[in-house]
Amino acid sequence: MFWNTLLLSLRAIRRNLMRSFLTVLGIVIGVAAVVVMVTLGNGATKSVSDQISSMGSNLLMVMPGQRFGPGSDAAPSFKSADIDAIKSQISSAEWVAPITGKSATTVYQSKNWPTVVSGTTNDYFHAGNWELSAGRMFTDAEERGGKAVCVIGETVRQKLFGRQNPVGSEIRVKEFSCEVVGVLKSKGQSGMGSDQDDSIIMPLRTVQRRLTGTQDVSRFTVSVRKGASIDAATKQLTLLLRERRKIGENEEDDFRVMDTRQITQTLTSTTKILTMLLSAVAAVSLLVGGIGIMNIMLVSVTERTREIGIRLAIGALEREVLLQFLVEAVVLSSMGGIVGIVLATLSSMALAHAMNIPYLFDVKINLLSFLFSAAIGVIFGYFPARRAAGLNPIDALRHE
Amino acid sequence: MSASPLISLSGITKTYGRGHAAFQALKGIDLEIDSGDFLAIMGPSGSGKSTTMNILGCLDTPTSGSYRLKDVQVERLERSQRALLRRHCLGFVFQGFNLLPRTTALENVELPLIYRGEPASSRHEAARAALAQVGLKGWESHTPAELSGGQQQRVAIARAIVTRPEVLLADEPTGNLDTRTSREIMELIVSLNEKLGITVLMVTHEPDIAAYARRVVHFVDGFLESDERKREIL
Ligand SMILES: Nc1ncnc2c1ncn2[C@@H]1O[C@H](COP(=O)(O)OP(=O)(O)OP(=O)(O)O)[C@@H](O)[C@H]1O
Ligand SMILES: [Mg+2]
Repeated sequence: MFWNTLLLSLRAIRRNLMRSFLTVLGIVIGVAAVVVMVTLGNGATKSVSDQISSMGSNLLMVMPGQRFGPGSDAAPSFKSADIDAIKSQISSAEWVAPITGKSATTVYQSKNWPTVVSGTTNDYFHAGNWELSAGRMFTDAEERGGKAVCVIGETVRQKLFGRQNPVGSEIRVKEFSCEVVGVLKSKGQSGMGSDQDDSIIMPLRTVQRRLTGTQDVSRFTVSVRKGASIDAATKQLTLLLRERRKIGENEEDDFRVMDTRQITQTLTSTTKILTMLLSAVAAVSLLVGGIGIMNIMLVSVTERTREIGIRLAIGALEREVLLQFLVEAVVLSSMGGIVGIVLATLSSMALAHAMNIPYLFDVKINLLSFLFSAAIGVIFGYFPARRAAGLNPIDALRHE
Repeated sequence: MSASPLISLSGITKTYGRGHAAFQALKGIDLEIDSGDFLAIMGPSGSGKSTTMNILGCLDTPTSGSYRLKDVQVERLERSQRALLRRHCLGFVFQGFNLLPRTTALENVELPLIYRGEPASSRHEAARAALAQVGLKGWESHTPAELSGGQQQRVAIARAIVTRPEVLLADEPTGNLDTRTSREIMELIVSLNEKLGITVLMVTHEPDIAAYARRVVHFVDGFLESDERKREIL
């Protein structure tokens, strides 16, 4: 009985190849659109939070001014003395890395590459969870003496050195040449869209002396000791800086302390909203696919009603006819669903690769869009049939 | 003659539509048909022949009256029981063929056997044999659109006889056929009637075709006007 029904359903599908194809296509497009959008959105969110957690979850970033981002609205920069004060007075601060940066073009032999040069201390590597893939960090003498040495990011290494080992080579940065002593292990794209590996690290003194020409520290990073409260550290740090920067009791801070949690939240909520918007667009395409299917089914209702009349007239039971239509709808819509999911998986893998974000298989959205499409197929394939199968055979045959 | 006839209609009426638009197509038909009989129904167009056939074929229900088939009171049956009656006892040839479009002749003829649950091999064999019987050997894989009207007619006949039904109902089975093919089809029907004892009920306009039957009834305006039994067969 079931095999016969399957046979009849498959024959009906083959008989109406164009209609079946269009039905499947509607579902494929809808499912694929939703799954791709959501998968990419999830990947983007994951990439953002990954990047931030690769910086460490216990970081405080301190910058002058109240604006988010680099630069300051006329608020004074920090001094090296501020860093020393924090190191000695805030016990929960494990590493304190001053950073002062400048963009510069770097040259090695015939290749050049514009990048950002950051002056800092070895604390920078510890605080930011940076590891070295080759070479070493700075020595005390290099830091103190502001020697022309640098540790380069993976991107810079690729652009300037290709396959060569850079350690020991001299690169030119602006007017001075500088020895490469180490290479950072790659961290990849950051959540903000910038490449974390595209940088050159030098001792703070070196940058101050040879590039910026001031004693200023434009921002700094503090890593909070494991187990210590980040909020307490933030509070202590704020108090200390207010005191050192001589801010009156009623005045507002002229600097900003952010912890990684906050940044994570801001950025992930942005990508989440983006994902939602994209999914909404995709859902519309699923709906449009559904309407297409509805159209195809309704157009063919007359012919199918006559077909039902014929089947009833030669002795098919109402439930056999209905089962056939149900199987037909389920076969078509699940075929569409499966093809859609396969297509979505392949294209989101490719797109995720191209966009440099991780590919995550989301079971929930795959299942959901599959079920939705199956429901559309079944509703529009089955319910018109149910009406027709309830008619007298002769009325179904006469349907116009 | 057996005590109770295979088919008995009494006081059958059929009204189409309601209110002012109502039209009474059958105005009280009484008819008894014995098992193994060969009955031709004649009458002018619109006299209610097809309506009667549809009721006899359990495709439609009468407005009033009673229809007994094989000691079963048909109007008391459920839809599904009527479907089973069609499946197991009746074969119907429609005035308008009613073949499944875009489906091969073989698959069309197989269809009633699929619903009967016949295994694939015997089903194919029976369908091929039925097509051969109506002279369509070699046309098995043609779809209705690729067949002439007469060929479609014959596929419809093959589909009706492939199950070897107890009663074959044919609404103008030779309406689209030339004289020679008509004769072949009629000879086939006569042999089914004589050799297999299939009861045949057939609508026709042509006296030549009606001549193959053993009994001829005339419809006029929803009434049964005359009923004659061929003397030579009696
Ligand atoms: N579904 C219907 N709705 C309304 N009237 C109908 C319907 N079917 C048939 N009729 C009417 O009933 C009458 C009898 O129709 P029927 O089809 O039984 O005629 P017929 O004797 O088979 O004619 P023909 O020789 O032309 O096939 C006709 O007048 C027709 O108009
Ligand atoms: Mg008729």
